[in-house]
Amino acid sequence: MSAPVLSRRLFLSASVMAGGGLLFDMAIPIAQAADASAVMLTAFVRIMPDNSVTIGAKNPEIGQGIKTMLPMLIAEELDVAWAQVRIEQTVVQESLYGPQVAGGSRATPVNWLPMRRAGAAARSMLVTAAAQLWGVDPARLTTGEGSVKDPATGKSATYASLAASAAALPVPDLETVPLKAPERFRIIGTPIKGVDTPAIVAGTPLFGIDLVLPGMLYAVLETCPVFGGTIKSANFDAIRAMPGIAHVLTIKGNGQAESLFDGIAILSESWWTANKARDALKIVWDTGTLTDFSSAGYEKAASERLAGKAETDIVRAGDVDARFSAAAKTVRADYSYPFLAHAPLEPQNCTALFKDGALEIWAPSQAPESGRKLVSTALNLPPEKITLRLTRIGGGFGRRLMNEYMVAAAAIAAQVPGIPVKLLYSRRDDMRRDFYRPAGWHGFSAALDAKGQMTALRDHFVTFGKDGKAARAAELGATELPAGLLPDILLEQSLLATNMPTGWLRAPGSNALAFAFQAFLDEVAEAGGKTLPDLLRELLSLKAEVPMGRGTFTSARAIAVIDKVCAMAGWKGGKGAKGSGRGFAFYFSHAGYFAEIVDASVATDGSVTIDKVWVAGDVGSQIINPLNALHQVQGSVIEGIGQALSGQKIVQTGGAVDQGNFDDYPLLRMPDAPEMDVAFVTSEYPPTGLGEPALPPVIPALVNAIYAATGKRIRTLPITADMLTA
Amino acid sequence: MAISFTVNGSQRDVAGDPDKPLLWVLREDLAMPGTKFGCGVGLCGACTVHLDGAPIRSCQTTLRDVAGARITTIEAVAQTPVGKRITQSWIALDVPQCGYCQAGQIMSATALLTQTPKPTDDDIDAAMAGNLCRCSTYLRIRAAIKAAAGTGA
Ligand code: FES
Ligand code: FES
Repeated sequence: MSAPVLSRRLFLSASVMAGGGLLFDMAIPIAQAADASAVMLTAFVRIMPDNSVTIGAKNPEIGQGIKTMLPMLIAEELDVAWAQVRIEQTVVQESLYGPQVAGGSRATPVNWLPMRRAGAAARSMLVTAAAQLWGVDPARLTTGEGSVKDPATGKSATYASLAASAAALPVPDLETVPLKAPERFRIIGTPIKGVDTPAIVAGTPLFGIDLVLPGMLYAVLETCPVFGGTIKSANFDAIRAMPGIAHVLTIKGNGQAESLFDGIAILSESWWTANKARDALKIVWDTGTLTDFSSAGYEKAASERLAGKAETDIVRAGDVDARFSAAAKTVRADYSYPFLAHAPLEPQNCTALFKDGALEIWAPSQAPESGRKLVSTALNLPPEKITLRLTRIGGGFGRRLMNEYMVAAAAIAAQVPGIPVKLLYSRRDDMRRDFYRPAGWHGFSAALDAKGQMTALRDHFVTFGKDGKAARAAELGATELPAGLLPDILLEQSLLATNMPTGWLRAPGSNALAFAFQAFLDEVAEAGGKTLPDLLRELLSLKAEVPMGRGTFTSARAIAVIDKVCAMAGWKGGKGAKGSGRGFAFYFSHAGYFAEIVDASVATDGSVTIDKVWVAGDVGSQIINPLNALHQVQGSVIEGIGQALSGQKIVQTGGAVDQGNFDDYPLLRMPDAPEMDVAFVTSEYPPTGLGEPALPPVIPALVNAIYAATGKRIRTLPITADMLTA
Repeated sequence: MAISFTVNGSQRDVAGDPDKPLLWVLREDLAMPGTKFGCGVGLCGACTVHLDGAPIRSCQTTLRDVAGARITTIEAVAQTPVGKRITQSWIALDVPQCGYCQAGQIMSATALLTQTPKPTDDDIDAAMAGNLCRCSTYLRIRAAIKAAAGTGA
């Protein structure tokens, strides 16, 4: 992702921004003030005549709390009271607002300074306006609660009274505009409730699925259950003749899962009617050899690969072979995990209107700008002819980083100009038309010396991809710890072909790799006569820092969270009372350091109960919204437990996905949500994101706890009762 | 022929296929999108409404089934004394994350407290196990129910 930008050009363009037609309350472009006497200061701040302040929230809200958090940063530096603030979702226009993506837990690091600078710039303009009005030096003026004050004279002026003259002033240099010292924060660091919470609780329409436009038709889309299949023929006329069906359309795909597959769209005034008509749909698909792909086939191929030589090196450091020949002890184990679906509770949907050669789209998308590009290419329409509005999103988890529903909605709308169309997936569509967390297989071995020190690690990773390149979200990085710490390490891979579309699931890569690596390291620790926290402390003492992707891994930060969680739980190793045990794991992802401990009990029937979870995390110097931070951690941890324990596994047969709803793809339910203690260790580093990094370590902590309770190593997910009763 | 029933105290007459689920009648025919579609087959609870005071899955209840019935939805549940306490508690504890499941959660929780004013943990589990929350707001849902019941820790 490109660096955060909030250029002067961006600010100056605010005043000339044009707004399109608009029917959806929460998508009013911030610059399109309903009240003519309101004043825009910067692209993000609108001062209202009653001295309330409207702040633009630019990023997609998927439940991660960003619609509250980014405006908190602006409000802090603008120096207004939170009670004065109203928040509006902005349109998608990255040239004006900077990156508008919900992914990678990147919003905090990317926006921490730019959003504060936006608020500070507006404040500075208001202060200058007051100084000019009163003929005094701006340096002696103060602000607070939406007013500029002159302590020397006792004069005070509201922002509203100064806004018009402030707007005529030049925008200060964003790089040098003064920012508050953290000890003066009054909004940042305080628990702020979600801005949409009252509307959600009242059942107010907020989500993409709720949007209704005059004359709108609903669409269902049938695509080939075998990914990549194309249409040979279909009984269009029979469907067209059914009551309530307005259109039956052929959608010609381009063969790309992330853009547009072949399909048949059925349009009706009622989604239920359109969806029911699908039962009568008879399509002959051309699937060629795509039906050869299956989970059983991947299992077989993966075990063959693991038994043989790897195709390529990911990282080869030191002399692993020499360490293994000199080893006093070696540990070997294979780990694997399944494909997973995202299953956000709001099924994929998108509303589009094609009119006069231009498209207007209302999309619950985590990456709307990349959707615009896909639509532009697929429909051969210039991007500037596509207006994109965000709705609130009923769960993302990475699913909505993909935009195929946006392309499909646009392709359908383009065939019925002037009629707004809402494409809505059924739950089965959503489950069977996902971009799955890829399955993976690891053949691990470790060497230990006579003192029980780990001296080398090897992992043969079997994953999906082609032409030497791993598929989307199927990569293992060269910096996967303990690479970078341990001098002798070999990570290598072999690739399997698939037609399964793969994609990023919350904490992509990490959600699977943490399980495999931290569970295997627990085996290595045991072989060395120590606990996993001690093994990790040893590894972390080998190097103070490891360069990683965008940043640097700092060992001291890892040690601090390990120490913290051990202190919280009173860690003395894994052994518990009969049938219960305690497991530990640490993982670094998305710039966050998380150590977690799980207490679990296993009954004689193999059922697992989580008694408690402890979490210690370091995401930098400042927890911006402590309330939402806790929610993100709770949600991540419970999601991880659900992946491991609820039976989540996507299986492919004959090129298509078997699962179709929450009966065969269960989510964790309330009775299984465990008690949790969460603590943040603050450090001197800039704040980073919290949407993801608490998830990965809970899965290995859980399987390590199960081992402590039962002596049984879980090396394959999901955990099933028969693994624990055999 | 139109089928008559009351929704949030007003009489509604809906013509159309009597097999149409109440969920879609509410969302499409009555322009009340607060009740949510999650699975369509009774597995997620997002579509929960009250029928004569009892929680039901509106995706599994047809228009024909509700003839003469009294339906309450998320749009008006806060007008009941228990619904008001529940929704206030939801706001006080900032329960929602994405928010999509919350209409169903609130309807199930309100039905629980109406029936069982001081629910135990087991009562809460039993009443709420049918409502999925993909964002995993379960800990706060439990706390908010207890707070509304005055049994909070
Ligand atoms: S939509 Fe009715 S239970 Fe899921
Ligand atoms: S809050 Fe997102 S599904 Fe419950």
